[in-house]
Amino acid sequence: MSSIQLSAYQIAQKVRAGELSPLEVLDEHLKQIAAVDGLPGSLSPKPLDPGEEAKVHAFIEVSADLARKQAEQVQARLERGEDPGPLAGVPVSVKGIFCVKGTTTTAASRILHNFRPPYSATTVERLEKAGALIIGKTNLDEFTYGSSSESSAFQPHPNNPWNTERVTGGSSGGSAASVAAREAPLSLGTDTGGSIRQPAAFCGVVGLKPTYGRTSRYGLIAFGSSLDCPGPLARDVRDAALMLQVLAGADPKDSTSALAPVQDYLAALQEGVKGLRIGLSRDYDHITYPDTLTGEMSVQAIQPEMNSAVRAAAEVLAGLGAEIVEDVPMPNARHGIPAYFVISRVEAASNLHRFDGVKYGYRTNKTVPGLSELYRATRAEGFGLQPKLRILMGMYVSAAQHSAQYYQKALRVRSMIRSDFTQAFDPRGTYRLDALLTPTTPTTAFLRGEVMGDSVLMQYSDQMTVAGNHAGIPAVSIPAGLDPLGLPIGVQFFGMDFREDLILRAAYAFEQATQNAEWRGVLPQVLRGSEVKA
Amino acid sequence: MTPDNITPEMFAKLVTLAALELTPEESEYLRTELNHQLAAVKELSEIQLAEGVQPSLHGLDCQGNPPRPDVWIPFANSPEILALAPESDGAYFQVPDFRRSDEEAK
Repeated sequence: MSSIQLSAYQIAQKVRAGELSPLEVLDEHLKQIAAVDGLPGSLSPKPLDPGEEAKVHAFIEVSADLARKQAEQVQARLERGEDPGPLAGVPVSVKGIFCVKGTTTTAASRILHNFRPPYSATTVERLEKAGALIIGKTNLDEFTYGSSSESSAFQPHPNNPWNTERVTGGSSGGSAASVAAREAPLSLGTDTGGSIRQPAAFCGVVGLKPTYGRTSRYGLIAFGSSLDCPGPLARDVRDAALMLQVLAGADPKDSTSALAPVQDYLAALQEGVKGLRIGLSRDYDHITYPDTLTGEMSVQAIQPEMNSAVRAAAEVLAGLGAEIVEDVPMPNARHGIPAYFVISRVEAASNLHRFDGVKYGYRTNKTVPGLSELYRATRAEGFGLQPKLRILMGMYVSAAQHSAQYYQKALRVRSMIRSDFTQAFDPRGTYRLDALLTPTTPTTAFLRGEVMGDSVLMQYSDQMTVAGNHAGIPAVSIPAGLDPLGLPIGVQFFGMDFREDLILRAAYAFEQATQNAEWRGVLPQVLRGSEVKA
Repeated sequence: MTPDNITPEMFAKLVTLAALELTPEESEYLRTELNHQLAAVKELSEIQLAEGVQPSLHGLDCQGNPPRPDVWIPFANSPEILALAPESDGAYFQVPDFRRSDEEAK
C-alpha cells in the first residue's frame, strides 16, 4: 500500500518505528502530485487542454529538493537513534502566504512573484522541527482575498478534487485540494474570515481555525492582523489535532501570540462527548443577504442538505451521550459580514502599503519621473483587482470623515458578535455550551466562474464562519456527508477561547461514530480509478 | 440602482491616496463593486448598540503577552535581506536617481 493512503499519524508512527522510510513517503507523494496536479500556477499560463482542466492544480511550487533534504535529515536522526519528532516524514503542503526559506513566497500575487524569504514562519519552523517534509507551496486567492481561490495571479487556479468543474473554496483552496487529492496528508493554511474552514468543507477535509493567538503569525504575510489565524487542514480529526499540537504555543516573535497553556489535543480525543453540551442555533439555518442594487437585506434559505447534515450530526452526538441544546440565540451572527467588510479591509489596506517595489518583490520597468510615480506604477502592475478593491474600500471606510460611521461602528459590532458566544458558553449562563454546531457554508462548492467578480456574493460565502474570527474563538469544520451532486458538506463546531480540545473531541466522536457511513466510502473524482494502482 | 456613494471624482481621489493607478476598465469595475460593498455595509449604521458597548481591537478579552524588553536582536544575515531588493548597493536599498529640475525643486 502506498503511503498516500495513510494518515499523517500513521506515517509518523511507521517512520519513527523504522517501518517506513521518509524518502519513500516523499517519493510516493511526489508521484501522486505528478499524477493528479497538472501544471503549477504561473504568471504566464498556457491554454489548458481538457486533460489539464480536470487536474487539481493545488500547487504554485513543489519544493521536492527542500523536502528531500528534510527527509534525509529525518533519516539521519533515526539512524543516530534520535526521535525525529511527532510529524516524522510527514509531507506537509504550505499555503503560499507563509514565508518558507528555500521557496518562493508569492501570496499568489505578481507583486511578490520573485520573493524568496530570508527566514521561515514560526509555524513552518515548528513543522520542520517536528520532522515534517515541506512538499510545496499551494495556490490561493491573491493575498488570501477571496473564497474560491480563483483570484490568484498564478493560473490555473486550484480545482475541486471532487468535481474539477467546481471551485475549491478559499482562500486556502490549494491547501484543501492538496489534502483531499492525497498530495499531502496535511496542509498549513490561514483563516481570516473562514479561509481554512470554507475550503475544507468544499473539499471534504478537516479544517481547524485555532483561537486567535494560539498559533503564531510571525512569517505570515498579513491580511487582517486582528483576525488572521494559521491552522491545520487534514483528512481526519486526529491528524488535525496532531498538527495543532505542533503549531500551538507562544512565540516571542508575535506579541499577539497567547501565553495560555497548550492542551494535549490527542489525549483529549479519547474523552468522548458524554456530558458535553452542544448547541444548535436557528440563526445559523439561513443567511441574511443584501441586494447589491438597493442594499436591502433579505433572509435567504441555505442549501437544505446543510441543515439536515447539522441535524443528523446532532443526533449522532446525542446518541453518544452529548446533551443537545436547541435554539441558542446568536442574534448578531448576521452582522458578521458587514463588520468584516469594514474591519478586514481597513487592516488589509494598511498591510498592503508596505508593497512599493523598493525593498523586495516586483518593481515596474517603466521610466517614471519620481518616487511616488514609481510606487504607483509598481502597485498598479503588481496588484490584481481584488487587492486593489480591498485597499480602496479600506481607505474609504477608515477615512477621518467616515470612520465613526463605519470602522468605529464595526469594532463595536464585533464586540456584540463576541458577546453572543460569551453568553452561550458562560458556565453560569442559560446555555452553558461546550460547543456550538452549525453548517460551515451556506452551499456546497459552486461552479468555477459562477461567483467570481461579484465581490459581495463571494464574501457572503463566509457568513457561517466569520463570526468565529470576529470573536477570536476556535472552530473546526469536518466532513458530514455529500449532497445529491456528490459534493462534500461540512459542519462546524465553534468553541470557547483556547478550548480546541473540546471541539476536537466533538469532531472526533462524530467522525468515529460515522466511520461506516456510506458517504465515507465515496472517493473524490480525481482519486477514482487510482485505488488499485495506489 | 445602488446609491452612487462614491462618485467618479471621489473615486479618483481615493485612487491617488491609495497610491494606485487604474485603467478605465479597472476603475469602472472597482467603483461599481465599491458601491455594492458600501450598500452591503449600510446595515451597520442601522444596528442599535447596547449601552456601553466598547470597540474591540481583536476578539479575545485583552490578555495578551506583556510587552517584551525592547532589545535589539540583529538579523543573522542582513545581506540576504538587501539582496531581495530590486536595487541596492549592499548597504542601502536604492531607488532610481530622480533629478528634479531647479524649477520643481522650488
